Amino acid sequence: MVTEKKQLINIKGVKDGLLITVGEADWPELQAALFTVLEERASFLQGARVALDVGNHILRAVDVGSLRDHFSEKNIALWAILSNSPVTEKNAQAMGLATRIHTPRPERTIRALDTNLPGETAIMVQRTIRSGFKISHNGHVVVIGDVNPGGEIFAGGSVVIWGKLKGMVHAGMEGDEKAVVCAMEMEPMQLRIAGYTLNLPPKRGKPEPEMVYIQDGRVITEAWKSKGK
Amino acid sequence: MAGTVLTVTSGKGGVGKTTTTANLAVALARGGKKVICIDGDIGLRNLDVVLGLENRIVYDLVDIVEGRCRLRQAMIRDKRLPELYLIPAAQTRDKNAVSPSDMVRLAEELRAEFDWILIDSPAGIERGFRNAIAPADTAVVVTNPEVSAVRDADRIIGLIEAEEKGPARLIINRLNPNLVKRGDMLSADDVVELLAIELIGIVPEDENVVVSTNKGQPVAMDGKTRAGEAYNNIARRLCGEKVPFMNLDEKEGIFHKLSRMMRPGGD
Repeated sequence: MVTEKKQLINIKGVKDGLLITVGEADWPELQAALFTVLEERASFLQGARVALDVGNHILRAVDVGSLRDHFSEKNIALWAILSNSPVTEKNAQAMGLATRIHTPRPERTIRALDTNLPGETAIMVQRTIRSGFKISHNGHVVVIGDVNPGGEIFAGGSVVIWGKLKGMVHAGMEGDEKAVVCAMEMEPMQLRIAGYTLNLPPKRGKPEPEMVYIQDGRVITEAWKSKGK
Repeated sequence: MAGTVLTVTSGKGGVGKTTTTANLAVALARGGKKVICIDGDIGLRNLDVVLGLENRIVYDLVDIVEGRCRLRQAMIRDKRLPELYLIPAAQTRDKNAVSPSDMVRLAEELRAEFDWILIDSPAGIERGFRNAIAPADTAVVVTNPEVSAVRDADRIIGLIEAEEKGPARLIINRLNPNLVKRGDMLSADDVVELLAIELIGIVPEDENVVVSTNKGQPVAMDGKTRAGEAYNNIARRLCGEKVPFMNLDEKEGIFHKLSRMMRPGGD
Protein backbone atom coordinates (compact mmCIF):
# COMPACT_ATOMS: atom_id res chain seq x y z
CA MET A 1 0.00 0.00 0.00
CA VAL A 2 2.75 2.37 0.99
CA THR A 3 4.75 1.89 -2.22
CA GLU A 4 1.62 2.52 -4.22
CA LYS A 5 1.10 5.77 -2.45
CA LYS A 6 4.68 6.77 -2.96
CA GLN A 7 4.29 6.54 -6.72
CA LEU A 8 1.66 9.22 -6.57
CA ILE A 9 4.18 11.63 -5.07
CA ASN A 10 7.46 12.56 -6.71
CA ILE A 11 10.16 14.67 -5.18
CA LYS A 12 13.01 16.19 -7.11
CA GLY A 13 15.59 18.86 -6.57
CA VAL A 14 15.24 22.13 -8.45
CA LYS A 15 17.17 25.37 -8.34
CA ASP A 16 15.01 26.86 -5.60
CA GLY A 17 14.87 23.79 -3.36
CA LEU A 18 12.59 20.78 -3.81
CA LEU A 19 9.71 20.33 -6.16
CA ILE A 20 6.96 17.87 -5.30
CA THR A 21 4.72 16.73 -8.09
CA VAL A 22 1.61 14.60 -7.81
CA GLY A 23 0.27 11.75 -9.99
CA GLU A 24 -3.18 10.92 -11.29
CA ALA A 25 -5.70 10.52 -8.46
CA ASP A 26 -8.41 12.37 -6.60
CA TRP A 27 -7.22 15.14 -4.37
CA PRO A 28 -8.13 13.52 -1.00
CA GLU A 29 -6.18 10.42 -1.99
CA LEU A 30 -3.24 12.53 -3.14
CA GLN A 31 -3.29 14.57 0.00
CA ALA A 32 -3.25 11.41 2.10
CA ALA A 33 -0.36 10.05 0.05
CA LEU A 34 1.48 13.33 0.39
CA PHE A 35 1.08 13.42 4.16
CA THR A 36 2.31 9.84 4.38
CA VAL A 37 5.42 10.74 2.41
CA LEU A 38 6.03 13.75 4.62
CA GLU A 39 5.76 11.49 7.63
CA GLU A 40 8.07 8.82 6.27
CA ARG A 41 10.72 11.13 4.95
CA ALA A 42 10.50 13.72 7.69
CA SER A 43 14.23 13.71 8.39
CA PHE A 44 15.08 14.22 4.72
CA LEU A 45 12.58 16.95 4.23
CA GLN A 46 13.12 18.83 7.43
CA GLY A 47 14.13 22.42 6.86
CA ALA A 48 13.65 22.15 3.08
CA ARG A 49 12.13 24.77 0.82
CA VAL A 50 9.37 23.03 -1.09
CA ALA A 51 7.26 23.96 -4.08
CA LEU A 52 4.23 21.79 -4.74
CA ASP A 53 2.84 21.25 -8.22
CA VAL A 54 -0.78 20.11 -7.98
CA GLY A 55 -1.45 19.99 -11.72
CA ASN A 56 -5.08 20.43 -12.63
CA HIS A 57 -6.48 19.99 -9.14
CA ILE A 58 -8.63 22.76 -7.86
CA LEU A 59 -7.72 23.49 -4.28
CA ARG A 60 -10.04 25.44 -2.05
CA ALA A 61 -8.60 27.93 0.41
CA VAL A 62 -9.08 25.43 3.25
CA ASP A 63 -7.12 22.80 1.28
CA VAL A 64 -4.25 25.22 0.77
CA GLY A 65 -4.38 26.23 4.43
CA SER A 66 -4.36 22.63 5.54
CA LEU A 67 -1.34 21.91 3.30
CA ARG A 68 0.59 24.86 4.60
CA ASP A 69 -0.15 23.95 8.24
CA HIS A 70 0.82 20.37 7.67
CA PHE A 71 4.11 21.30 6.03
CA SER A 72 4.98 23.78 8.75
CA GLU A 73 4.22 21.19 11.46
CA LYS A 74 6.98 19.08 9.91
CA ASN A 75 9.22 22.12 9.81
CA ILE A 76 9.12 22.22 6.01
CA ALA A 77 8.76 25.56 4.26
CA LEU A 78 6.05 25.35 1.61
CA TRP A 79 6.71 28.50 -0.35
CA ALA A 80 4.91 27.88 -3.65
CA ILE A 81 1.96 26.00 -5.10
CA LEU A 82 1.97 25.55 -8.83
CA SER A 83 -1.25 24.84 -10.62
CA ASN A 84 -2.92 25.00 -14.01
CA SER A 85 -6.06 26.15 -12.26
CA PRO A 86 -6.48 29.89 -11.79
CA VAL A 87 -8.69 29.19 -8.77
CA THR A 88 -5.93 27.26 -7.03
CA GLU A 89 -3.42 29.94 -7.93
CA LYS A 90 -5.66 32.62 -6.52
CA ASN A 91 -6.20 30.70 -3.27
CA ALA A 92 -2.47 30.02 -2.95
CA GLN A 93 -1.69 33.66 -3.49
CA ALA A 94 -4.28 34.60 -0.85
CA MET A 95 -2.27 32.49 1.58
CA GLY A 96 0.88 34.37 0.69
CA LEU A 97 2.32 31.55 -1.41
CA ALA A 98 4.07 31.97 -4.72
CA THR A 99 2.58 30.38 -7.84
CA ARG A 100 5.67 30.54 -10.10
CA ILE A 101 8.98 29.02 -9.22
CA HIS A 102 11.12 30.61 -11.91
CA THR A 103 10.50 34.21 -11.07
CA PRO A 104 12.65 36.50 -13.18
CA ARG A 105 15.16 38.36 -11.09
CA PRO A 106 15.16 42.03 -11.96
CA GLU A 107 18.91 42.47 -11.71
CA ARG A 108 19.44 39.76 -14.32
CA THR A 109 16.96 40.97 -16.98
CA ILE A 110 18.75 40.88 -20.28
CA ARG A 111 18.70 44.40 -21.63
CA ALA A 112 20.63 43.63 -24.80
CA LEU A 113 17.60 42.07 -26.49
CA ASP A 114 15.47 45.09 -25.81
CA THR A 115 16.63 47.39 -28.59
CA ASN A 116 13.25 48.45 -29.93
CA LEU A 117 13.10 52.19 -29.82
CA PRO A 118 9.61 53.60 -29.72
CA GLY A 119 8.24 54.16 -33.21
CA GLU A 120 11.22 52.44 -34.80
CA THR A 121 9.61 49.28 -36.06
CA ALA A 122 9.71 48.65 -39.79
CA ILE A 123 8.39 46.13 -42.23
CA MET A 124 10.15 45.12 -45.37
CA VAL A 125 8.19 44.20 -48.46
CA GLN A 126 10.12 42.33 -51.08
CA ARG A 127 7.81 42.54 -54.07
CA THR A 128 6.37 44.96 -56.55
CA ILE A 129 3.32 46.79 -55.23
CA ARG A 130 0.98 46.61 -58.19
CA SER A 131 -2.13 48.62 -58.88
CA GLY A 132 -4.85 47.95 -56.33
CA PHE A 133 -2.52 46.67 -53.61
CA LYS A 134 -2.04 48.55 -50.38
CA ILE A 135 0.55 48.35 -47.62
CA SER A 136 -0.42 49.90 -44.33
CA HIS A 137 1.87 49.90 -41.29
CA ASN A 138 2.29 51.99 -38.16
CA GLY A 139 6.08 52.08 -38.39
CA HIS A 140 8.43 52.47 -41.32
CA VAL A 141 7.97 50.68 -44.62
CA VAL A 142 10.81 49.45 -46.81
CA VAL A 143 9.96 48.17 -50.28
CA ILE A 144 12.42 46.28 -52.39
CA GLY A 145 10.68 46.55 -55.74
CA ASP A 146 8.59 49.13 -57.53
CA VAL A 147 5.40 50.83 -56.42
CA ASN A 148 3.33 50.92 -59.59
CA PRO A 149 0.64 53.48 -60.41
CA GLY A 150 -2.43 52.58 -58.37
CA GLY A 151 -0.37 50.94 -55.63
CA GLU A 152 -0.58 52.57 -52.18
CA ILE A 153 1.62 52.73 -49.12
CA PHE A 154 0.53 54.19 -45.80
CA ALA A 155 3.16 54.39 -43.09
CA GLY A 156 3.27 55.89 -39.62
CA GLY A 157 6.96 56.57 -40.18
CA SER A 158 9.20 56.84 -43.20
CA VAL A 159 8.99 55.02 -46.51
CA VAL A 160 12.04 53.79 -48.38
CA ILE A 161 11.60 52.33 -51.84
CA TRP A 162 14.43 50.49 -53.45
CA GLY A 163 12.85 50.84 -56.85
CA LYS A 164 10.57 53.21 -58.72
CA LEU A 165 7.85 55.08 -56.91
CA LYS A 166 4.99 55.66 -59.32
CA GLY A 167 2.07 55.06 -57.00
CA MET A 168 0.80 56.80 -53.89
CA VAL A 169 2.68 57.17 -50.61
CA HIS A 170 1.56 58.69 -47.35
CA ALA A 171 4.42 58.80 -44.84
CA GLY A 172 3.90 59.99 -41.26
CA MET A 173 0.19 59.36 -41.60
CA GLU A 174 -0.38 59.93 -37.88
CA GLY A 175 1.10 63.40 -38.24
CA ASP A 176 4.82 62.69 -37.91
CA GLU A 177 6.46 65.52 -39.86
CA LYS A 178 9.89 63.99 -39.41
CA ALA A 179 8.97 61.14 -41.74
CA VAL A 180 10.83 61.02 -45.05
CA VAL A 181 10.20 59.30 -48.35
CA CYS A 182 13.08 57.94 -50.39
CA ALA A 183 12.98 56.23 -53.79
CA MET A 184 15.41 55.32 -56.53
CA GLU A 185 13.07 57.03 -58.98
CA MET A 186 10.65 59.55 -57.54
CA GLU A 187 7.60 59.80 -59.81
CA PRO A 188 4.68 59.36 -57.42
CA MET A 189 1.11 59.92 -58.51
CA GLN A 190 0.74 61.60 -55.16
CA LEU A 191 2.99 61.94 -52.15
CA ARG A 192 1.92 62.93 -48.67
CA ILE A 193 3.96 63.49 -45.55
CA ALA A 194 1.94 64.08 -42.39
CA GLY A 195 -0.53 66.82 -43.42
CA TYR A 196 1.39 67.96 -46.51
CA THR A 197 0.51 66.87 -50.03
CA LEU A 198 3.01 67.10 -52.82
CA ASN A 199 2.38 66.83 -56.51
CA LEU A 200 5.78 66.62 -58.13
CA PRO A 201 6.23 68.19 -61.54
CA PRO A 202 6.85 65.66 -64.32
CA LYS A 203 10.43 64.48 -64.36
CA ARG A 204 12.93 65.74 -66.81
CA GLY A 205 16.17 64.01 -67.72
CA LYS A 206 17.69 60.99 -66.13
CA PRO A 207 15.96 59.90 -62.94
CA GLU A 208 18.04 59.84 -59.81
CA PRO A 209 17.44 58.66 -56.24
CA GLU A 210 15.64 61.33 -54.29
CA MET A 211 14.45 62.03 -50.79
CA VAL A 212 11.45 64.10 -49.81
CA TYR A 213 10.98 65.60 -46.36
CA ILE A 214 9.39 68.48 -44.52
CA GLN A 215 11.48 71.38 -43.25
CA ASP A 216 10.07 74.56 -41.71
CA GLY A 217 6.66 73.82 -43.13
CA ARG A 218 7.95 73.30 -46.68
CA VAL A 219 8.28 70.16 -48.70
CA ILE A 220 11.88 69.67 -49.79
CA THR A 221 13.02 67.30 -52.53
CA GLU A 222 16.71 66.61 -52.77
CA ALA A 223 19.11 64.05 -54.17
CA TRP A 224 19.27 61.00 -51.95
CA LYS A 225 22.94 60.60 -51.36
CA SER A 226 23.90 59.46 -47.91
CA LYS A 227 22.16 59.42 -44.59
CA GLY A 228 19.30 61.88 -44.58
CA LYS A 229 17.93 64.06 -41.87
CA MET B 1 -2.21 13.21 -71.69
CA ALA B 2 -2.42 16.02 -69.19
CA GLY B 3 -3.45 19.25 -70.86
CA THR B 4 -2.55 22.76 -69.83
CA VAL B 5 -5.22 25.17 -68.68
CA LEU B 6 -4.47 28.66 -69.96
CA THR B 7 -6.60 31.60 -68.88
CA VAL B 8 -6.68 34.69 -71.06
CA THR B 9 -7.48 37.78 -69.06
CA SER B 10 -6.91 41.55 -68.97
CA GLY B 11 -8.86 43.40 -66.33
CA LYS B 12 -10.00 46.08 -68.73
CA GLY B 13 -12.64 45.30 -71.34
CA GLY B 14 -12.21 45.70 -75.05
CA VAL B 15 -8.50 45.05 -75.24
CA GLY B 16 -8.96 41.87 -77.27
CA LYS B 17 -9.22 38.96 -74.83
CA THR B 18 -11.80 37.13 -76.87
CA THR B 19 -10.02 37.78 -80.16
CA THR B 20 -6.80 36.58 -78.57
CA THR B 21 -8.42 33.45 -77.14
CA ALA B 22 -10.00 32.57 -80.48
CA ASN B 23 -6.83 33.16 -82.44
CA LEU B 24 -4.57 31.31 -80.02
CA ALA B 25 -6.98 28.39 -80.05
CA VAL B 26 -6.98 28.35 -83.85
CA ALA B 27 -3.20 28.72 -84.02
CA LEU B 28 -2.62 25.93 -81.49
CA ALA B 29 -5.05 23.66 -83.34
CA ARG B 30 -3.32 24.43 -86.62
CA GLY B 31 -0.10 23.34 -84.96
CA GLY B 32 -1.63 19.91 -84.39
CA LYS B 33 -2.73 20.37 -80.80
CA LYS B 34 -6.08 19.27 -79.50
CA VAL B 35 -7.66 22.43 -78.15
CA ILE B 36 -10.85 23.40 -76.37
CA CYS B 37 -11.83 26.92 -75.49
CA ILE B 38 -14.29 27.81 -72.77
CA ASP B 39 -16.13 31.10 -72.89
CA GLY B 40 -16.09 32.37 -69.30
CA ASP B 41 -18.11 35.47 -70.09
CA ILE B 42 -21.50 34.18 -69.00
CA GLY B 43 -24.25 36.61 -69.97
CA LEU B 44 -22.11 38.43 -72.53
CA ARG B 45 -20.87 35.59 -74.62
CA ASN B 46 -19.09 36.25 -77.88
CA LEU B 47 -16.27 33.78 -78.28
CA ASP B 48 -18.72 31.73 -80.34
CA VAL B 49 -19.27 34.72 -82.63
CA VAL B 50 -15.56 35.35 -83.13
CA LEU B 51 -15.03 31.66 -83.90
CA GLY B 52 -18.03 31.62 -86.22
CA LEU B 53 -19.79 28.88 -84.24
CA GLU B 54 -22.78 30.74 -82.81
CA ASN B 55 -25.38 28.99 -84.95
CA ARG B 56 -24.33 25.59 -83.63
CA ILE B 57 -24.90 26.18 -79.91
CA VAL B 58 -27.33 23.77 -78.29
CA TYR B 59 -25.98 23.44 -74.75
CA ASP B 60 -23.64 25.71 -72.84
CA LEU B 61 -21.34 25.92 -69.84
CA VAL B 62 -24.16 26.46 -67.35
CA ASP B 63 -26.04 23.43 -68.75
CA ILE B 64 -22.98 21.29 -68.01
CA VAL B 65 -22.53 22.68 -64.51
CA GLU B 66 -26.21 22.29 -63.67
CA GLY B 67 -26.32 18.79 -65.11
CA ARG B 68 -28.75 19.38 -67.97
CA CYS B 69 -26.35 17.85 -70.46
CA ARG B 70 -23.24 15.76 -70.62
CA LEU B 71 -19.94 17.50 -71.12
CA ARG B 72 -19.61 16.09 -74.62
CA GLN B 73 -22.98 17.43 -75.71
CA ALA B 74 -21.94 21.00 -75.04
CA MET B 75 -18.64 20.73 -76.90
CA ILE B 76 -18.93 22.26 -80.37
CA ARG B 77 -16.45 20.91 -82.86
CA ASP B 78 -15.05 23.34 -85.40
CA LYS B 79 -15.48 21.92 -88.89
CA ARG B 80 -12.52 23.80 -90.29
CA LEU B 81 -10.12 22.48 -87.65
CA PRO B 82 -11.27 19.11 -86.35
CA GLU B 83 -9.06 19.37 -83.27
CA LEU B 84 -10.69 22.60 -82.11
CA TYR B 85 -13.67 22.63 -79.76
CA LEU B 86 -15.69 25.29 -77.97
CA ILE B 87 -17.78 25.27 -74.82
CA PRO B 88 -19.93 28.39 -75.14
CA ALA B 89 -21.16 30.54 -72.29
CA ALA B 90 -24.82 30.86 -71.40
CA GLN B 91 -26.31 34.10 -72.61
CA THR B 92 -29.39 34.16 -70.41
CA ARG B 93 -27.62 33.77 -67.08
CA ASP B 94 -24.91 35.65 -65.17
CA LYS B 95 -21.50 34.94 -63.68
CA ASN B 96 -22.97 33.59 -60.44
CA ALA B 97 -24.42 30.58 -62.28
CA VAL B 98 -20.95 29.00 -62.10
CA SER B 99 -18.53 28.77 -59.18
CA PRO B 100 -14.73 28.57 -59.22
CA SER B 101 -14.91 24.96 -58.02
CA ASP B 102 -17.28 24.08 -60.90
CA MET B 103 -14.64 25.40 -63.26
CA VAL B 104 -11.89 23.41 -61.56
CA ARG B 105 -13.93 20.20 -61.87
CA LEU B 106 -14.73 20.88 -65.51
CA ALA B 107 -11.10 21.61 -66.35
CA GLU B 108 -9.98 18.42 -64.60
CA GLU B 109 -12.31 16.42 -66.81
CA LEU B 110 -11.09 18.12 -69.98
CA ARG B 111 -7.43 17.88 -69.07
CA ALA B 112 -7.37 14.15 -69.83
CA GLU B 113 -8.55 14.66 -73.36
CA PHE B 114 -7.04 17.93 -74.60
CA ASP B 115 -3.57 19.41 -74.95
CA TRP B 116 -4.79 22.93 -74.31
CA ILE B 117 -7.79 24.22 -72.43
CA LEU B 118 -8.16 27.95 -73.11
CA ILE B 119 -10.45 29.97 -70.87
CA ASP B 120 -11.65 33.36 -72.06
CA SER B 121 -12.04 35.48 -68.94
CA PRO B 122 -14.58 38.29 -68.79
CA ALA B 123 -13.42 41.82 -68.01
CA GLY B 124 -13.28 42.83 -64.40
CA ILE B 125 -11.89 41.34 -61.22
CA GLU B 126 -15.08 39.85 -59.78
CA ARG B 127 -16.74 36.45 -59.92
CA GLY B 128 -16.24 35.97 -63.67
CA PHE B 129 -12.50 36.51 -63.32
CA ARG B 130 -12.36 34.24 -60.25
CA ASN B 131 -14.15 31.52 -62.20
CA ALA B 132 -11.76 31.85 -65.12
CA ILE B 133 -8.56 31.89 -63.07
CA ALA B 134 -9.46 29.14 -60.56
CA PRO B 135 -8.55 26.17 -62.80
CA ALA B 136 -5.63 27.89 -64.56
CA ASP B 137 -2.17 26.37 -64.76
CA THR B 138 -0.91 29.53 -66.36
CA ALA B 139 -2.31 32.86 -67.48
CA VAL B 140 -1.84 35.28 -70.32
CA VAL B 141 -2.60 38.93 -69.71
CA VAL B 142 -3.69 40.91 -72.77
CA THR B 143 -3.19 44.64 -72.78
CA ASN B 144 -3.16 47.54 -75.21
CA PRO B 145 -0.38 50.09 -75.25
CA GLU B 146 -2.59 52.58 -73.38
CA VAL B 147 -2.18 53.86 -69.85
CA SER B 148 -5.62 52.72 -68.70
CA ALA B 149 -5.24 49.20 -70.09
CA VAL B 150 -1.76 48.87 -68.61
CA ARG B 151 -3.01 50.02 -65.22
CA ASP B 152 -5.69 47.34 -65.21
CA ALA B 153 -3.23 44.75 -66.46
CA ASP B 154 -0.99 45.60 -63.51
CA ARG B 155 -3.90 45.03 -61.14
CA ILE B 156 -4.81 41.72 -62.72
CA ILE B 157 -1.18 40.54 -62.67
CA GLY B 158 -1.14 41.25 -58.95
CA LEU B 159 -4.34 39.26 -58.47
CA ILE B 160 -2.96 36.36 -60.50
CA GLU B 161 0.13 36.38 -58.29
CA ALA B 162 -2.10 36.45 -55.23
CA GLU B 163 -3.95 33.38 -56.56
CA GLU B 164 -0.53 31.76 -57.00
CA LYS B 165 -1.17 31.23 -60.70
CA GLY B 166 1.73 33.43 -61.68
CA PRO B 167 3.90 34.49 -63.23
CA ALA B 168 1.50 35.53 -65.95
CA ARG B 169 2.81 36.27 -69.43
CA LEU B 170 2.00 39.32 -71.46
CA ILE B 171 0.52 39.94 -74.88
CA ILE B 172 0.52 43.51 -76.13
CA ASN B 173 -2.36 43.83 -78.56
CA ARG B 174 -3.07 46.48 -81.19
CA LEU B 175 0.32 48.12 -81.17
CA ASN B 176 0.67 50.74 -83.87
CA PRO B 177 4.37 51.08 -84.78
CA ASN B 178 3.81 54.43 -86.48
CA LEU B 179 2.17 55.96 -83.43
CA VAL B 180 4.93 54.60 -81.22
CA LYS B 181 7.53 56.12 -83.52
CA ARG B 182 5.84 59.49 -83.28
CA GLY B 183 5.84 59.16 -79.50
CA ASP B 184 2.04 59.10 -79.35
CA MET B 185 1.70 55.57 -78.07
CA LEU B 186 3.39 53.64 -75.28
CA SER B 187 6.08 51.42 -76.72
CA ALA B 188 6.33 47.71 -75.95
CA ASP B 189 9.37 48.57 -73.87
CA ASP B 190 7.40 51.04 -71.77
CA VAL B 191 4.70 48.49 -71.08
CA VAL B 192 7.10 45.67 -70.25
CA GLU B 193 9.13 47.94 -68.01
CA LEU B 194 6.12 48.78 -65.89
CA LEU B 195 4.50 45.37 -65.75
CA ALA B 196 7.76 43.47 -65.31
CA ILE B 197 6.50 40.13 -66.61
CA GLU B 198 7.59 38.05 -69.58
CA LEU B 199 6.39 39.30 -72.94
CA ILE B 200 5.12 36.46 -75.08
CA GLY B 201 3.88 38.41 -78.07
CA ILE B 202 3.09 41.70 -79.71
CA VAL B 203 0.11 41.83 -82.04
CA PRO B 204 0.22 44.82 -84.39
CA GLU B 205 -2.90 46.85 -85.10
CA ASP B 206 -4.40 45.23 -88.19
CA GLU B 207 -7.76 46.00 -89.78
CA ASN B 208 -7.96 42.41 -90.98
CA VAL B 209 -8.77 41.50 -87.39
CA VAL B 210 -11.97 43.55 -87.45
CA VAL B 211 -13.02 42.06 -90.76
CA SER B 212 -12.24 38.50 -89.74
CA THR B 213 -13.93 38.88 -86.36
CA ASN B 214 -17.12 40.01 -88.04
CA LYS B 215 -16.97 37.06 -90.40
CA GLY B 216 -16.27 34.55 -87.66
CA GLN B 217 -13.06 33.58 -89.38
CA PRO B 218 -10.11 34.26 -87.01
CA VAL B 219 -7.04 35.77 -88.68
CA ALA B 220 -4.89 32.93 -87.38
CA MET B 221 -6.72 30.54 -89.75
CA ASP B 222 -4.19 31.54 -92.36
CA GLY B 223 -0.90 33.10 -91.39
CA LYS B 224 -1.06 35.63 -94.19
CA THR B 225 -1.95 38.75 -92.24
CA ARG B 226 0.41 40.47 -89.81
CA ALA B 227 -1.88 39.80 -86.86
CA GLY B 228 -2.42 36.22 -87.95
CA GLU B 229 1.29 35.66 -88.12
CA ALA B 230 1.74 37.22 -84.67
CA TYR B 231 -0.88 34.88 -83.14
CA ASN B 232 0.70 31.84 -84.74
CA ASN B 233 4.06 32.90 -83.32
CA ILE B 234 2.57 33.29 -79.84
CA ALA B 235 1.04 29.81 -80.07
CA ARG B 236 4.45 28.38 -80.92
CA ARG B 237 6.02 30.22 -78.00
CA LEU B 238 3.33 28.81 -75.71
CA CYS B 239 4.44 25.35 -76.82
CA GLY B 240 7.98 26.18 -75.78
CA GLU B 241 9.48 27.05 -79.17
CA LYS B 242 11.89 29.94 -79.42
CA VAL B 243 10.41 32.19 -82.08
CA PRO B 244 12.00 35.56 -82.79
CA PHE B 245 9.72 38.58 -82.50
CA MET B 246 8.29 39.93 -85.76
CA ASN B 247 9.76 42.96 -87.34
CA LEU B 248 6.86 45.39 -86.98
CA ASP B 249 8.35 48.24 -88.94
CA GLU B 250 8.76 47.52 -92.63
CA LYS B 251 10.32 50.79 -93.63
CA GLU B 252 13.19 51.12 -91.26
CA GLY B 253 14.17 47.49 -91.10
CA ILE B 254 14.83 46.76 -87.49
CA PHE B 255 12.14 48.03 -85.14
CA HIS B 256 13.85 46.81 -82.03
CA LYS B 257 15.78 43.81 -81.12
CA LEU B 258 12.68 42.54 -79.51
CA SER B 259 14.33 39.32 -78.52
CA ARG B 260 15.81 41.38 -75.73
CA MET B 261 12.37 41.58 -74.22
CA MET B 262 11.98 37.82 -74.19
CA ARG B 263 13.79 37.81 -70.90
CA PRO B 264 11.52 37.24 -67.93
CA GLY B 265 11.36 40.53 -66.15
CA GLY B 266 11.20 41.46 -62.51
CA ASP B 267 9.60 39.19 -60.02
